[in-house]
Amino acid sequence: MAHAATQALGEAGLARAQIDGVLCGYATTLPHLMLATLFCERFALEPAYAHAMQMGGATGAGMLMLARELVRSGRCRNVLVVAGENRLSGQQRDNAIATLAQVGDPDFELPNGTMIPAYYALLASRYLHESGLDEADLAAFAVAMRANASRHPGAHLRTPITLDEVLSSKPIASPLKLLDCCPISDGAVAMVVSADAPAGARIAILGAGQAHRHQHLTAIADTRNFGARDATARAFAEAGISRDAIDYLAIYDSFTITLAILLEETGFAPFGGSARLLREGMFAPDGPQPLNTHGGLLSFGHSGVGGGMAHLAETWRQLAQRAGERQVSPRHTAFVHADGGVLSSHVSLILSREA
Amino acid sequence: MTTSLIAKSFVEALQRGEILYQRCHVCGGAQRLARYACTSCGSERLEWLPAAGGGTVFAITVVSRPPEEAFRELVPYALALVDLDEGARLMGHAPTDLKIGARVRAGVFQLGERRLLRFEPEAG
Repeated sequence: MAHAATQALGEAGLARAQIDGVLCGYATTLPHLMLATLFCERFALEPAYAHAMQMGGATGAGMLMLARELVRSGRCRNVLVVAGENRLSGQQRDNAIATLAQVGDPDFELPNGTMIPAYYALLASRYLHESGLDEADLAAFAVAMRANASRHPGAHLRTPITLDEVLSSKPIASPLKLLDCCPISDGAVAMVVSADAPAGARIAILGAGQAHRHQHLTAIADTRNFGARDATARAFAEAGISRDAIDYLAIYDSFTITLAILLEETGFAPFGGSARLLREGMFAPDGPQPLNTHGGLLSFGHSGVGGGMAHLAETWRQLAQRAGERQVSPRHTAFVHADGGVLSSHVSLILSREA
Repeated sequence: MTTSLIAKSFVEALQRGEILYQRCHVCGGAQRLARYACTSCGSERLEWLPAAGGGTVFAITVVSRPPEEAFRELVPYALALVDLDEGARLMGHAPTDLKIGARVRAGVFQLGERRLLRFEPEAG
């Protein structure tokens, strides 16, 4: 986290004393009562506003949304948004899985021997049933994310994979196999939201929206509106632009099914149509709407809150044209969507490069 | 595993082999999981009633990697989300060859010291 924060301050050209707000993501390996304050002490910051946030996978996008509100209201000038954890190496893998099991209902779901992949697998079974698609349609997203990650030196999984390798990988919870699931990774990401961003890196947050319709899988009322539809509509209404203006996508991808459902519910593909658009090149790095060019959670890796923030960092880099060898043709307006839990908490953001 | 106060009725009934669901006293709306207020009308007058046991499979997965040791002997096992005829939805174990849309009947089975929900295909 300190390393990422140092990099962010450097890119923003800010001194420690100029940071007057700090938002910090929770960490399963360090469940501290006051993580933001702890981080500030160790990183030598004395902000006027600081706390940690917990929205599961939507935490990063949620922190960015709040940072914008803090700056817009005049409460803060420069808000440091930071998260990271050694989710892979900092604990036993079984501990990580047990902690994440809290996503399940303790009385109705957990006693049955469930874990997060099983919840998404249940949603996937329903999705394939309603759409008429098959497991190969989902597997195509794993292949695409790995291809993107192969171009990122910091990615967790960089060796290209084939459709057959995804389909023949170890069964986890049908229809999901090992390569339909994101890995558990180490990582950290930091960003700064400022009232006055330096020239050349002025990426504005045009619109933001949230939706929270349920916590647990069993409580889901509508599998055509988990909440992403509502959050997206709120973000576009605030930005005052249409989907046609979007030329980059950063969509949460804890599992292949997550990516398919969210692409469709946010309106960037019709129901059951995301895999077809993917195969047609719509979401390729050289396509009209490049998607998760860093490789997403599925291959860049999932370090908890930092995993979701990696989508934001990559979006910033692509819009600022600082993505190095992965740089796609100049992009102006990006749509970001993240979810936490079992498609439980949703945050949509619309980011745009200022001329 | 400790029981939440809000779900105490359901959990204790399941250990007796009974299946309860929560219904709104005002509008009759069936609730999913346990609530403090009705998801349809907002009333806080909710009551636990016995379910007849019949339902339809909404979603199903076959788990190959168990989250804890207690379930290792069952692998591979199926978990299903079932819509009860009364309108509530419950998660339970099921045969691995069960399909979405199948009619099922709810029952319980013993695993270690606890009883868990299990759905079987409806006879006939």
